[in-house]
Amino acid sequence: MELSTRHLLGIKDLTKDDINLILSTAEQFKEVLQRPVKKVPSLRDVTIVNLFYENSTRTRMSFELAERRLSADVLNFAASSSSAAKGETLLDTVNNILSMKVDMVVMRHSASGAPHFLAKHIPAAIINAGDGINEHPTQALLDAFSMREKTGRLEGLKVAIIGDIMHSRVALSNIYLLTKMGAEIMVAGPPTLIPKYITDAFGIRVEYNIKKALEWCDVANVLRIQLERQNQPLFSSLREYNIAYGINRRLLESLKKEIVIMHPGPINRGVELDSDVADGPFSIILNQVENGVAVRMAALYLLANRQE
Amino acid sequence: MKAILTEQQVALSIKRLAYEIYENHLNLDNTVIIGIQPRGIYLSDRIVEELKTIIGDKKIQYGKLDITFYRDDVRKSLHVANATDIPFSIENKHVVIIDDVLWTGRTIRSALDALLDFGRASTVELCVLIDRRFSRELPIHADYVGAAIDTFSSQKVIVRWKQKGDKDEVVLM
Repeated sequence: MELSTRHLLGIKDLTKDDINLILSTAEQFKEVLQRPVKKVPSLRDVTIVNLFYENSTRTRMSFELAERRLSADVLNFAASSSSAAKGETLLDTVNNILSMKVDMVVMRHSASGAPHFLAKHIPAAIINAGDGINEHPTQALLDAFSMREKTGRLEGLKVAIIGDIMHSRVALSNIYLLTKMGAEIMVAGPPTLIPKYITDAFGIRVEYNIKKALEWCDVANVLRIQLERQNQPLFSSLREYNIAYGINRRLLESLKKEIVIMHPGPINRGVELDSDVADGPFSIILNQVENGVAVRMAALYLLANRQE
Repeated sequence: MKAILTEQQVALSIKRLAYEIYENHLNLDNTVIIGIQPRGIYLSDRIVEELKTIIGDKKIQYGKLDITFYRDDVRKSLHVANATDIPFSIENKHVVIIDDVLWTGRTIRSALDALLDFGRASTVELCVLIDRRFSRELPIHADYVGAAIDTFSSQKVIVRWKQKGDKDEVVLM
């Protein structure tokens, strides 16, 4: 068994077998992370650069920890404190890094398709850690891992993706992945934040009433409102968004069943999620973060095996 | 194809291996049994079963170890990882590793590395059903051996288990 691809650019390129292989390998790495020594020597001859052209806390730390837990050598690059600020092109920067004998590149970029461009021009393996509004594959994998861990299945699971669908790479990767794994998907949020072609493109349900969406689903994956990607006002105020689409304890208790609450972070508290939900008993937000390391270890491990 | 151990011989070997472990570790008070995933588990399950009939239903500390992430050929071929389940510390314990076939010794080398991550064992011993002599690539030997055989490296040793729906036997191809 091996992955069908040399890079992890998006869930779009993965097969169902690939996804199952990553998730089952991640389960074994999760066990490694419970041991007294949380480290294995698998990638001790591999050098990985984390190339972050966009800010990140969780993803960058999660990747770095995953790399170190696999015994890889790690280089960190943040665009804000590098020569990229002097105008060096992406390709020049990466070729310079690769001439220092680097095997894999983990990359986040604000331009959609940046890692795909790089994959065409350089020999190293590339893992997309989020590109613009396109994909964030490892987030979708860790979301799926967490959903399956909590509910025991993906097939037939009803998942509502709620909030800023338009600007969310997490949403797109989740939709690709859950579709491939046979889950049922609904997107919910204000009409201005849901792309109008989404039903045609993916054949998924759209709901504008948050309560109806929550009543339908088993799992609610709540997304962050991405103010940094909205050039024009798409709803009148954060307060109004919270009133119409925010999720609070009272709303959850009015449902006739228990649902699982997820969020990829960082949370805008009091906007898409109130604190009594984010920190409440139905939330698995911190489990997601914990699982993120195991899932990224699996992706890195399986891709390192594909390199000659 | 040549038979190395018949069904009856496998049963007797398992019994003997269990008694040998019992003889050296009396009561298994400070001893833990670790089966190597995936194929060593068939043997370790049977030996642990046998040990239970010898010393009663006293709880035997029995774990399973997967060495995939410790292999020295990670970049050459991909192996699917199996579950590791060692729900106890091996610090200052006597460890008996169990695998089906000892050949080059590389699997056991990886297992020794992996075990270090679960604590510093007092001693480590190795128990195998089949020892393919004179084909070691590393200085590793087995303490408890079902049958020792001489083979060419082109030959294959196949171990079949009743747990997998076959009858217990070992053949040389």
